[in-house]
Amino acid sequence: MTDTTPTREMAPARPTWHVVLVRPETMTLLLIIIGLVGASILSPFFLDASYIMRSFTLTAEMSIVALVLTMVIISGEIDLSPAANMALSACVFAWVQDAGVALPLAVIVGLLAGLAMGALNAFMSIRMQLPSIIVTIGTLIFFRGLAQIIAGDRSIRVPESFVGINAVMVFGVPLPVVIFVLCAIVLGLVLGTTVIGRQIYQIGTNQQAALHAGINAKRIKVGLFLLLGVVSAAAGMMAASRLGSVRYDLVLGGELQMVLMAMLGGTYIFGGRGTILGTFLAAWLLVIVSTGMTVANLLPAIQLTVLGILLIVAIIATNFIYARTQR
Amino acid sequence: MVDAPKLIEARGISKQFGGVEVLSDIDLDLHAGEIHALIGENGAGKSTFVKILAGVHTPTRGSIKMNGDAVNVTSPIAAQELGIALIHQEPVSFPDLSVAENIVMGRKGGGLLSRVPWATIIADARRYMDMLGVSIDVTRPMHGLSIANQQMVEIARALASDSRLIIMDEPTAPLTPREVDTLFAIARQLRDEGRTIIFISHRLEEVRMLCDRLTIFRDGSHIATQTVASIPEDEIIRLMIGRELKKYMRKHTASIGETALEVSGLTLPGAFEDISFTLRKGEIMGLGGLVGAGRTDVARALFGIEPAKSGKIKVGGRDAKIQRPPDAIDLGLAFVPEDRAGHGIFGTLPVEHNITAAIPGKIAPSGVISRALERGFSRKSVDDLSIRLASLNQPIVELSGGNQQKAILARWLLTEPEVLILDEPTRGIDIGVKAEFYDMIGDLAEAGRAILLISSELPELLSLCDRILVMAEGRITAEIPRDEANQEKVMQAAVPRSGIAA
Repeated sequence: MTDTTPTREMAPARPTWHVVLVRPETMTLLLIIIGLVGASILSPFFLDASYIMRSFTLTAEMSIVALVLTMVIISGEIDLSPAANMALSACVFAWVQDAGVALPLAVIVGLLAGLAMGALNAFMSIRMQLPSIIVTIGTLIFFRGLAQIIAGDRSIRVPESFVGINAVMVFGVPLPVVIFVLCAIVLGLVLGTTVIGRQIYQIGTNQQAALHAGINAKRIKVGLFLLLGVVSAAAGMMAASRLGSVRYDLVLGGELQMVLMAMLGGTYIFGGRGTILGTFLAAWLLVIVSTGMTVANLLPAIQLTVLGILLIVAIIATNFIYARTQR
Repeated sequence: MVDAPKLIEARGISKQFGGVEVLSDIDLDLHAGEIHALIGENGAGKSTFVKILAGVHTPTRGSIKMNGDAVNVTSPIAAQELGIALIHQEPVSFPDLSVAENIVMGRKGGGLLSRVPWATIIADARRYMDMLGVSIDVTRPMHGLSIANQQMVEIARALASDSRLIIMDEPTAPLTPREVDTLFAIARQLRDEGRTIIFISHRLEEVRMLCDRLTIFRDGSHIATQTVASIPEDEIIRLMIGRELKKYMRKHTASIGETALEVSGLTLPGAFEDISFTLRKGEIMGLGGLVGAGRTDVARALFGIEPAKSGKIKVGGRDAKIQRPPDAIDLGLAFVPEDRAGHGIFGTLPVEHNITAAIPGKIAPSGVISRALERGFSRKSVDDLSIRLASLNQPIVELSGGNQQKAILARWLLTEPEVLILDEPTRGIDIGVKAEFYDMIGDLAEAGRAILLISSELPELLSLCDRILVMAEGRITAEIPRDEANQEKVMQAAVPRSGIAA
């Protein structure tokens, strides 16, 4: 292995433009621009910032969760249960406040429910060392089942005072979008500039080497699962506020869209690579593409096909880029 | 030998990787019925050349003739059909398949739906393993086999393919002396049957024992081909590195101070038992023994990766509880592991991130990483250890093995350790860089650090260490001071008792 490519140490450093160009986020940004241009050709009404913002509020909750999920994937794990967590947390929240618990307390109960779900995933994936993909497929079904037990087939209404987070505007921007942007900034700084962030990459690249370097991989991964649990719960309640009621099938299948965002943003499914910026851009890309297709009156079936193709293209591009930079 | 028939005539073989020429105009003839050594520093192009012969890489230019006919080795399958087998440096196997299936892998026969002749396969596999003197159940799966046994399976696979040219790329690195003897006996037998063997090794004494002719590569060029008997060792080394190597190794002369590490009765059932020793400041203590004697397990226990079940560790005179690596690091211990790729480097991450991995507190006093501090530490490490790289942002896998190892050493030196545990630090590193490592180890001891050096290379232990502990089957079997140490004493203590019962 060491002497297959003998002159590696003599290979020249890559020029800066090359380094920037081969970043997977560049690809995502490029797609956004193509999407914007394409959609505005299809419909002159598309290039209306407030329209895009309003569209974005529909997926803002999932996009926030996808940011944390990106960190989990970079650390070398995966969690497919956050969408089910959103539904169960929201159901627990709606149920306890429906039963007469004060609203602030109900919110805390909802968050604790999310934390407990994160803890269950962490316990099985990290403590018992089971593969997180299997564990979280299991808990995804389990959480969804519990939500159905709690809510049955009916909608649980949330109090009037709690409804309408998407109607709150901060300098003309819907609150969910503001929260998403703030989360992206904070998590981006954590991942990009702190020791914890650095260690998340190191764990995801080579967990054994991390162990040998004195990095506490288990603690960091447990922390990430817990964070994802709490953030999912918060996102679930945001969705409840936007919709005004909660059903067990809230964001059904949303886990795939979250993974799609991370992958489109260039996160490497086997860990060690990816950025918050990438997922941030990918979340916008998805909104632009789907609303663009909607204003162009494309059939839903075609929209789904296009999203599928996007994901495949993203995976090929990401792997190609990583293969090229790694040689 | 001169008029022996030529099996392979390679002419003008060149290979470029991404615009960089790693092999240039190699001419080489291989005779039928010879064992031909291919030697050179890491990065000289040996592996690339044999991979071209074995169809793993296609040459950029050049031609290969086999028995006088031009051949095109375009793929490993084409090579196999021509009767060329490559035994990889690092065993490549199918871990979930049985040993027998791995041995016959690639064998032709029958249609897609014909029955698998299990009885024949198992009998054949058993025969090859018997020939190699390895007693493992051929129906067991590959995973869980020791590296040495995996290597033996690789060799058996080459035997099973009935090839005319067998290429062995550093086959002896993980093997015990007895296994090496068996391998050599088989290699000679194959030669006497008229087959050709290419033998790549860093160990010159093995080349001398086994090979008929040798070829030296340097920087991708063919430097010399001679009969082994006609070339003295220092001439080989001079040709390999292209310069005179004045002090191949040196004995350091540090003054030995107070006790840095004291271990008593350390036991981990199944790995090692009742390990006791004292290591003092400025001292280089060797830990010798065969692969699998439990040396690495002791190191891992000391560093808290897999702690011992019982026994005491004292660091700097105080009782120490080491349950996890961070405990060990806090106490001033550092550990450079044997498996560089698996346990050492973060392959795809920048060299810089690799170097500073163990000092998060120093590069980020507030939790946020200071680019300036990090740059400063890594820049200084690169200068101090003369790590050769294009950029600190380069993924570390792009560096050569020796420079990767330097980066890992740099990582630990930045923690300013009192006790440095080095597990086979020069494995797979070329001679030039090895000498640099020996100097560094000596300098570190002179600076008052205590060093525990695990090594399977006897000359390394003998010339570097103040004291040598030898382990066999999980126990310390000898403690030999420097002036009494010699190869025989160390080997005698290293061979398991059952092996020398007379």
